[in-house]
Amino acid sequence: MPETCGLLRVEIANEGNAGAFPGLLFTKGTMTAATYIAIYAGLVLFLAGCLWRVWVYARTPLHLRWELYPLPHEHPYRAAYGGSYFETQEWWRKPQIKNRRGEFLVMIEEILFLKSLREFNRKLWVPSFLFHSGLYLVICAVGLTAVAALAGVLAEKGSAVVASELGSVVVVVGIAGAVLIVTGACLLLIRRSSDPAFKNSTKAADIFNLLFFIAAFSLVASGYLTRAAGAASVSEFAHGVVHFDRGVKIGTVFGAGLILASALAAYIPFTHMAHFIAKYFTWHAVRWDDRRNEPGRPLNTAMATNLAYKPTWSAGHIGADGKRSWAEIAASAPPEIKK
Amino acid sequence: MSGRVRLRDVSRPDREPLVHLENADLMALPDPLDGVEKDHAWASLSEQVKSKCECGLDDTCAVNIPKPKTREEEEQLVARFLTGLDKLFDKQNNWGFLQPLLLTMEHCTGCQTCAKACHIFEASGENEIYRPTFRAEILRRLYFKHVKHGGLLSAWQHGSIQLNWPLVARLIELAYRCNLCRRCAQSCPIGCDNGLVAHELRKLFSQEMGIAPREIHENGSMLQLKVGSSTGMNAEIVKDNVAFIDEDISERTGIEIHTPWDVQGADVLLIHNAGEIMAWPENPGAFALILTMAGVNWTMSSELAAYDAINYGLWYDDAQFSRVALKHAEAAKNLGVKRIVIGECGHAHKALCVIADRMLAGDLNIPRESYLPLLRDIVLGGKIKFDRGRNDFPVTLHDPCNMVRLMGVVEPQREILRALSPQFREMEPHGVNNYCCGGGSGFAIMSGNNFPDWRFHVSGRKKLEQILRAFEDCLGPETPKYLCAPCSNCKGQFRDMISYYDLWQKNRILYGGLVELVVNAMADVKPGFIEWEWR
Repeated sequence: MPETCGLLRVEIANEGNAGAFPGLLFTKGTMTAATYIAIYAGLVLFLAGCLWRVWVYARTPLHLRWELYPLPHEHPYRAAYGGSYFETQEWWRKPQIKNRRGEFLVMIEEILFLKSLREFNRKLWVPSFLFHSGLYLVICAVGLTAVAALAGVLAEKGSAVVASELGSVVVVVGIAGAVLIVTGACLLLIRRSSDPAFKNSTKAADIFNLLFFIAAFSLVASGYLTRAAGAASVSEFAHGVVHFDRGVKIGTVFGAGLILASALAAYIPFTHMAHFIAKYFTWHAVRWDDRRNEPGRPLNTAMATNLAYKPTWSAGHIGADGKRSWAEIAASAPPEIKK
Repeated sequence: MSGRVRLRDVSRPDREPLVHLENADLMALPDPLDGVEKDHAWASLSEQVKSKCECGLDDTCAVNIPKPKTREEEEQLVARFLTGLDKLFDKQNNWGFLQPLLLTMEHCTGCQTCAKACHIFEASGENEIYRPTFRAEILRRLYFKHVKHGGLLSAWQHGSIQLNWPLVARLIELAYRCNLCRRCAQSCPIGCDNGLVAHELRKLFSQEMGIAPREIHENGSMLQLKVGSSTGMNAEIVKDNVAFIDEDISERTGIEIHTPWDVQGADVLLIHNAGEIMAWPENPGAFALILTMAGVNWTMSSELAAYDAINYGLWYDDAQFSRVALKHAEAAKNLGVKRIVIGECGHAHKALCVIADRMLAGDLNIPRESYLPLLRDIVLGGKIKFDRGRNDFPVTLHDPCNMVRLMGVVEPQREILRALSPQFREMEPHGVNNYCCGGGSGFAIMSGNNFPDWRFHVSGRKKLEQILRAFEDCLGPETPKYLCAPCSNCKGQFRDMISYYDLWQKNRILYGGLVELVVNAMADVKPGFIEWEWR
């Protein structure tokens, strides 16, 4: 029996007539199973890809200091104008401040509102903000659904009222997210195609990536909104995913959208779009890394490892032969001078 | 301006420049340089240079790479480039920058936010070859193809580019069209660093192919490691020169000073950019006077390289960088000083205080700091009396990128100026958002061919605009104005650029350091330390 929850109809009962609405309306178990497999595969590949990327960056050696001011973890007074502990005499006698609150606030502003883009590239900020806001909403919707499904809230024996309310929230948030993603991606596509500034740095894949987002989320949103009577609600579908219930009926368009979205999730970690991972390193590990070299710190061990590396640079003045370490090269004059 | 350059043009086999700049294409300047007709015509490259050197990028030539004579020679050079490219992404060879470089290679979205922050791109009239991503995009495509061994799928994903000698030759020049100020990196939403790309390319060319501008290699770091200073001064000469400065300053100020040399166990080892001793002797003289009057227990060192704070390796070569940093630390260790204080030299600040921090271990890790907090504490401490009325003329402050954006020393110099200069006014933007002087990363000392024309018209243009706007209410010659630049390299750029545009003669804009302003305001010193004479 369909129930009305706010503006959107949420199907609680699954009385679908499998096969009664062939083609675009809803399908038999094959599509459902394919969608489930795509979701699981997409999730696994996404997580594996993310872990691989983290591993690649985390195992690189300790780099030389290369920070850029302002640093948000400085004292709030200094962070406001970009000052550092170097502004005091004998800074090494004073403890290093770690203003985690300041750092957290800057992160929130950057992640949620794309502060850098807003400040330095306002024209691009609007489409990018729409796009990223959409992503966050979709992530919230998926996360909420997954948690609820895993916690059994959506189980048959669970509360129908709770499932219904949760389902309506998820639908509103998810559809809004998809609309924002598609709008933002379309605007980004227009910008990238029409602005000569992007010409030299735009690759075929950049256009493909935006089209991929547009296609996946257009299909998911339109597929869900135009689903036939008897098609599964979000709650039912989520429950079905967790239990691999092939009896759940979904529309072809919705299913195709989910398969595309899953493929997209699997693809992202292997592209530059994984900048949500890179950004941890570029900001925290490079821009904001002002850790001091103090005796007894783990930094000293990493420094010793680095200085023992044996370069093979070929230019004569380096004096590298693959046997001498960086420490030895630094301690010796260039071969031309020795002569 | 030439038509819009495409990325693939860098592989063009002809040796013709990709772009030609006209003054009309450049960013407009304010009064008194408003109008194309008020700008100077560019000097052209000589036919001899064009015929002998690779000048296929733009209207100038910074590195003077000889043209290979045969196809085989070209192929050998390309092969060496590829070997160096591999090493750039290898931890044994490039542990110091591997992580930020990988991140920059793999995550740029091409959003062009960096382009809006780049003073060179803006000043050039947004010429495509100076776009920060132009250089980076070439390296990125080479990285995915030749280091990651990408095939067709990679080319589709990351783009492709034809590697040949003309590309390498143009890339060498292009690595020297960036001031390494990293303003682009500061604005990047992802945290990619196109300044780092230029830095790493310079390293590849120097460390693998032995290619670097003569001014920063042979006459720079090599000379410093051989003689003791890139100025060519050995210890004896530097001591003589400083003795002369002491004498001159004592006479001018009425206060007797003697610069102490090689004092064991001193509190402070002061290291100047030795260029100051040669070109602006009043600067080390002012330092000596201030430290003497403040009662600081200080010394200078006559050990090899330890009386010259410069470390040009910072701009192009990690091995040269490490060697010089080590010399500075060893000198301090041998003297048993408590700390090293760096004088008015921006890149020396970053080199020794920041970058070398993860190289100097054990007893070589001697505390290092900027002179600015010390100077601020002296000025505000009350031990020395000041008469700020002596500095009652318009003063603006240039923020050297290496001290400010890259080290976070922002306020001490401002506290001093607020205390001592009643007419102090900021440039906009300033502090960590400042613009480079245009001479950064070695440009200020690179004067070969017509390169100075490029740095006055393009890399220095944004700063010139800032200076003129800061003084727009008093541009007339009746008001002497002081551009305070607490960095030797920046002063070199200002000396040349202000002279080029005749802004001292016509508008009475003088440049100088911060310590000179401090001494000028000292109540116990004879008035008129700043002489308002061009030098």
